Amino acid sequence: MKLLKLQRTMARVVMQPLTASERMQRKAPDGRPMRSYAARFIKPNDRLTSFERLEIYNRQYWFRLFSSMIEDFPALRSVLGERRFDAMCKAYLVDCPSRSFTLRNLGSKLETWLRKHPKWAGAKQTIAVDIARLEWADIESFDGEAKPALRTEDLAGAAGANLRLQLQPYVRLLDLHYPVDDLLLAVRKDEEDRDFASNAFEERRKRRHVHSMAKLKPGAVFLVIHRIDNSVYFRRVGAEEFAVLSSLRQGKTLGKALDAAFRKSKMPLGERAASVQQWFQNWATLGWFCLPDKKGREFLIGSELTRL
Amino acid sequence: MPANEFNGFTDYGIGIGLRAPHYDHILTRKPVVDWFEIISENFMIDGGRPLQILDQILEQYKVVQHGVSMYFGSAEKPNREHLRRLKELVKRTKTPWVSDHLCWGSVDGRYTHDLLPMPYTFEAAKITAQKVREVRDFLEVPVAVENVSSYAEFHVSEMTEWEFLNEVVERADCGILLDVNNIYVSSQNHSFDPMTYVNSVPAERVAQIHIAGHSKYRKYILDTHDHPVIDPVWKLYDRAIHRAGHTATLLEWDDSIPSFKEVHDEALKANKFLASSVLATAV
Repeated sequence: MKLLKLQRTMARVVMQPLTASERMQRKAPDGRPMRSYAARFIKPNDRLTSFERLEIYNRQYWFRLFSSMIEDFPALRSVLGERRFDAMCKAYLVDCPSRSFTLRNLGSKLETWLRKHPKWAGAKQTIAVDIARLEWADIESFDGEAKPALRTEDLAGAAGANLRLQLQPYVRLLDLHYPVDDLLLAVRKDEEDRDFASNAFEERRKRRHVHSMAKLKPGAVFLVIHRIDNSVYFRRVGAEEFAVLSSLRQGKTLGKALDAAFRKSKMPLGERAASVQQWFQNWATLGWFCLPDKKGREFLIGSELTRL
Repeated sequence: MPANEFNGFTDYGIGIGLRAPHYDHILTRKPVVDWFEIISENFMIDGGRPLQILDQILEQYKVVQHGVSMYFGSAEKPNREHLRRLKELVKRTKTPWVSDHLCWGSVDGRYTHDLLPMPYTFEAAKITAQKVREVRDFLEVPVAVENVSSYAEFHVSEMTEWEFLNEVVERADCGILLDVNNIYVSSQNHSFDPMTYVNSVPAERVAQIHIAGHSKYRKYILDTHDHPVIDPVWKLYDRAIHRAGHTATLLEWDDSIPSFKEVHDEALKANKFLASSVLATAV
């Protein structure tokens, strides 16, 4: 058997889901008995059959990937429950096997996949999608690029409605239907406590999860996931502030971003200028804007700028 | 012999793997350690805390890169994005050599994230060696390939594992990261004499040695890196350094990670064998 054919033959089985009792399936992907499928290319030895030797790799594959998903999506697991989360992961990983050299990217398609497959979250679909988005954004923010922060002097003579400001790549913006940021922080706190947990404590912890889930009332949350000193933080902002940031992220000019943010806003006219000023102060303090790339820089200092 | 073209003519001593539970200890106590081995993929990212910590480590310590997903033995071409990011990291760490495993793990763009065993065929050796050459030429640093622990063998194999390793490194003209724990694990799983393996390796190509612990099950042994090194593995290590000389040695401990001191003390046990190897050479 040639190398490529052998690797395809083996990978097909290694990536085939395990049974409910976490063993290798009795039937191969082509419908043949797995024993004869394995015996075709794997040698047995005096202790293990071909089936058993192949099964070691099949189990390792799923244990490794499950453990990565559990690490990356603890709040989603808490909301769905362990059994449903495991079943969902299995289905997700069959549909979206890793195409990256790093396990870091394993959950990159989970949000999109969950939206297409609502049966896995059932009545919790909206909250599940919210959490999947938040937990993935957290990963992206944790190791996203930080460009040199924009300084006041970089903007000298460039303030104008046509100004295009660039958000740091590690800043993520999420409009959510539930306050799942609170839930994720609670789950993390529980995880920190777990090392010291007795069985009784563990039971109470599980009940507390269920309780905190039940307490989650729907409500629009506009969240910025960002970093300070390389630690990830969640910052809730108002609808108008979020709309400005989202427009800037899309590459819109400052003028258009502000127009869009206040078009349907109920914020009194008299408060708007002061709010915008406060937002910019906060954003500058937090270093959310960065020096644009060369093309953007030309625009920043270009002749199209008009003074506010 | 230990400082050779395959480890950038360096003469590193005994290192340990850089692992997250030890970050605080290392950065605050600044213990004396000859060098750290990092898992390249953990730092092939755009920014954030992992790179900040790596930069702090690089200010104080020597670092060598060890990869887990280049998959030299996969039949497909190297992933260009992987190579690009790996080269960026090589520039950052100034690692004298890079290592990864003599195995496969991806096919048709799908990754298993496992170190799957090679069929020991001439075709596989040729494909693997070509890939090692491509990676080395792109990275512009020496490359060492590591023998893996395995739990299965293939009907199509045409040679022993050590013959396959020799075939690949000769064709690729590359170094070897000799993992004596992996030799022991595979020898138990496939019933061969591990000393024959160690004695068959071209000693002049050994760039680095790995030592580690493993877990024994009823019918096989798993390479779990969660225990101290056992005596039979130390014996293989002793033989390996008698053949290859005072070679850069690294203890792997990746699961159930104990305190920094416990891991470092376990690694430093290698000193006893290194000293006797120097003595033997002198005599």
